Amino acid sequence: MTESTYRIHGDTGEWEVVIGLEVHAQVTTQAKLFSGAPTAFGAEPNTQVSLVDAAMPGMLPVPNRECIRQAVRTGMALGAVINKWSRFDRKNYFYADLPQGYQISQLYHPLVGEGAIDVQLDEKDPESPTKTIGIERIHVEQDAGKLMHDQHPTRSYVDLNRSGVALMEIVSRPDMRSPQEAGAYLSKLRSILRYVGSCDGNMDQGSMRADVNVSVRKPGGELGTRTETKNVNSVRFVMQAIESEAQRQVEVIESGGRIVQETRLFDPDKGETRSMRSKEDAHDYRYFPDPDLLPLELDDAFLDECKASLPELPDAKRRRYEGDLGLTAYNAAVLTADADTARWFEALLAESARVQKKGEPEVARAAANWLISDLFGALNRLGKSIDTSPVSPEEGAELLALIADGTISNTIGKQVFEIMLETGDTPGKIVEEKGLKQTSDTGAIEKVIADIMAANEDKVVEYRGGKDKLFGFFVGQTMKAMQGKANPQVVNELLKKALG
Amino acid sequence: MTDVTDLGVAAIRDGIRTKAFSAREVADAFIVKVSKAKALNAFIVETPDHAIAAAKAADDAVAAGETLKPLAGVPIGMKDLFCTKGVQTTAASHMLEGFIPQYESTVSRHLWEAGAGMLGKLNLDQFAMGSSNETSYFGNVISPWRRGGGDNAALAPGGSSGGSSTAIAARLCPAATGTDTGGSIRQPAAFTGISGIKPTYGRCSRWGVVAFASSLDQAGPMAHDVKDCAIMLEAMAGFDPKDATSLDLPVPKWEAGLNSDMRGKKIGIPKEYRVDNMPAEIDALWQQGIDWMKDAGAEIVEVSLPHTKYALPAYYIIAPAECSSNLARYDGVRYGLRDLPEGANLQEMYAATRAAGFGDEVKRRIMIGTYVLSAGFYDAYYTQAQKVRTLIARDFESAWMACDYLLTPTAPSAAFALGEKSADPLAMYLNDVFTVPSSLAGLPAMSVPGGLDKNGLPLGLQIIGKPLDEQGVLNAGLAIEQRAGFTARPEAWW
Repeated sequence: MTESTYRIHGDTGEWEVVIGLEVHAQVTTQAKLFSGAPTAFGAEPNTQVSLVDAAMPGMLPVPNRECIRQAVRTGMALGAVINKWSRFDRKNYFYADLPQGYQISQLYHPLVGEGAIDVQLDEKDPESPTKTIGIERIHVEQDAGKLMHDQHPTRSYVDLNRSGVALMEIVSRPDMRSPQEAGAYLSKLRSILRYVGSCDGNMDQGSMRADVNVSVRKPGGELGTRTETKNVNSVRFVMQAIESEAQRQVEVIESGGRIVQETRLFDPDKGETRSMRSKEDAHDYRYFPDPDLLPLELDDAFLDECKASLPELPDAKRRRYEGDLGLTAYNAAVLTADADTARWFEALLAESARVQKKGEPEVARAAANWLISDLFGALNRLGKSIDTSPVSPEEGAELLALIADGTISNTIGKQVFEIMLETGDTPGKIVEEKGLKQTSDTGAIEKVIADIMAANEDKVVEYRGGKDKLFGFFVGQTMKAMQGKANPQVVNELLKKALG
Repeated sequence: MTDVTDLGVAAIRDGIRTKAFSAREVADAFIVKVSKAKALNAFIVETPDHAIAAAKAADDAVAAGETLKPLAGVPIGMKDLFCTKGVQTTAASHMLEGFIPQYESTVSRHLWEAGAGMLGKLNLDQFAMGSSNETSYFGNVISPWRRGGGDNAALAPGGSSGGSSTAIAARLCPAATGTDTGGSIRQPAAFTGISGIKPTYGRCSRWGVVAFASSLDQAGPMAHDVKDCAIMLEAMAGFDPKDATSLDLPVPKWEAGLNSDMRGKKIGIPKEYRVDNMPAEIDALWQQGIDWMKDAGAEIVEVSLPHTKYALPAYYIIAPAECSSNLARYDGVRYGLRDLPEGANLQEMYAATRAAGFGDEVKRRIMIGTYVLSAGFYDAYYTQAQKVRTLIARDFESAWMACDYLLTPTAPSAAFALGEKSADPLAMYLNDVFTVPSSLAGLPAMSVPGGLDKNGLPLGLQIIGKPLDEQGVLNAGLAIEQRAGFTARPEAWW
């Protein structure tokens, strides 16, 4: 394992930071964990609430099989132990956003045990070293509702739409040593969840959020007391929270203070954490097995189905792109970082191979280069993501085929792409209508060359006198006169012949 | 003409079918009885319209020559722990006073689908916590029974299904629903000279039943005799995908399967149920029951359930633990009582609401349950109690190697006077000593009337069966019923 060199430089020397993350990931399903209520984001308050979610008298939870399935698939994608026997526990506390007065969670017997994620320490550099971050467990639990304090001057309102939504709590080992490692871990975890399809990873919508555990110590020394910063909702904020919290802890210790085990909040405006409650006023959650639910027992057929339904995961995909498709490490890394990108690329690749009647490895490089430079460039400019791209993989493949078979040049290809973005027309139609087809008609080209030579007799003399550099001038003039549509190779050959 | 209110479920059902009387006549007769029995305080809410509507549907079906539903036109009482759509459901608490569910519990829905009608919601111990029906916010239920010799002391109808037991014994309804967590069907049945069965845990859906202790709560019928219990249970039971602990099994035809021939059956007599200070009359009745069983052809064997003495303490840890969590939802936020003193914050609102909404016994159990689940006490109490529960279940499993059913007294005494034990919770809890072990093991068990004590008060005998063997329990109950010839009934004083 690579040792991080990230250090906080205090007055008494260097400090090492120890980080663990508890990530809450909302399971992508139509229905909540223990009720049939829908889970749509952004719905009107209290419209996605069943009798069970509102904890009406006599209502009972029934586990949603799809939520369990997604958590199991996630565990499998993280190479984790799947516990065939697990159980739900009640975590008891009173709060207005918690209708039952307890959260159904899994303390004693979680669904998923130990696993691990390999992260790239420098996400921008695919050649940089990797580090393995341990996963301690994944358990399944209910989300709470939401209090709204801005609706009335003296009253708070409760929105139960999120109440009962299924969450996976993915608990890492305290294996991270720098904000960068934590950021890389979170990005990679998010990527895997999106590949698996068990969580959409939309941190800005709260579908994924992290509790950040931070402590500091002298490098290699005894573990320090940790604090937990709750509900941080972006990769950047997680990194900021770690940085400022580690700095704060060093300052407290070095000024003779003591770190108290406590829950803290991250303030994104100030970029720092502040105390929420200390261990002294921590709840006694009185966990005990939920008597409304039987233990969860998974059979082999269920596990086999979960396994069989897993997609190719980012690390495997990246190796395949490099090995089988011959892509550069950088391109392979970029294309596999996000499930949507990889899906788009593979559709482009399959369609390119089909229309060009070639093997995928033969068309892969051109497809990868075009996607990463041209398509990504355009999407960036338009502020769109790949799944809302105005150009489809089929249209992209058609464009690449026109370039590959010499119908249009690379340069014309870029023009055609711009027109595609503007008009939504297919590349074939654009090339046809705008007359952009590249010509290899030697007669036409010869005539143009003759005209150019006649108009530039002096330069012809100079060239023939040994000024070879002027060849480029003649190519340029010819292409200009042909409006860029002449096949450059044909132009070269004919010019050489004409100029002698 | 027969007074239809003297009839049981089977007789009413059959009489409507044979047009001996109309369902409307039956409903009207019971409605009058209910309205004249306020002194018993068995009902929290009366619902004559519901009973009349069901009667009308039954009479229409008779007139149209249609096949009648199993309980067509039979008016029943509904323990006020079952949520009934559009009808106030309180669990006998101030907390839920005025609460009108927008949904129907699975068990009550089954009964309405079988053609039954509802005479009203029956009083009970608050949140089903109690053995004497003295913890209801809506006042004590008074047993229709009185001790002989001019002693007019108001007697306990048992609990928690005390409204149900009183209403049936006083012939205000031919049958009622009950729920049993540690004896709440069987002990009140025994106290009032009627029958009641708690089926195997999971037979009846808990969906829509206000929860007390989820791992123990189980609905069941209470009625005059074994056959009526069988008919009612057939309608109430059945798999419910909305209850994760519901048993996914077909409902047997218990009524058709009734057979009191005990030849080839072995009846176990658990020696640990001979407790100290048990009245001689109870002991004598038990012996009588043994003789009746022999007479029915059964072989009697002595068995041992060695962990019996730990059952009551384990129960009074597990049940309060679950209740402390189950009742957390009554917080004044979404429905039911809210006590919001001027300027109060959320915590203060919780405290005020729960202080005002819960009675003493409920508070006592919430506090016990909170304590036994607390950090530092959990292992010593809750974990230990769960181990005891496992051992008790194992005791029964071993007993089943030697016998088919167990025969015991239902309760250690006849009905006591109201107020006699209410100041001493431990004495009250001891009432459940014979009923709690089978609850902890989730076994089917029933109480049938065996005879009267020297004061003329009913005493019950309990039959406990193997998991899912309700049929065997009913059959054994029937064998006793046939031999006991129990016909005593309270004299109407109300």
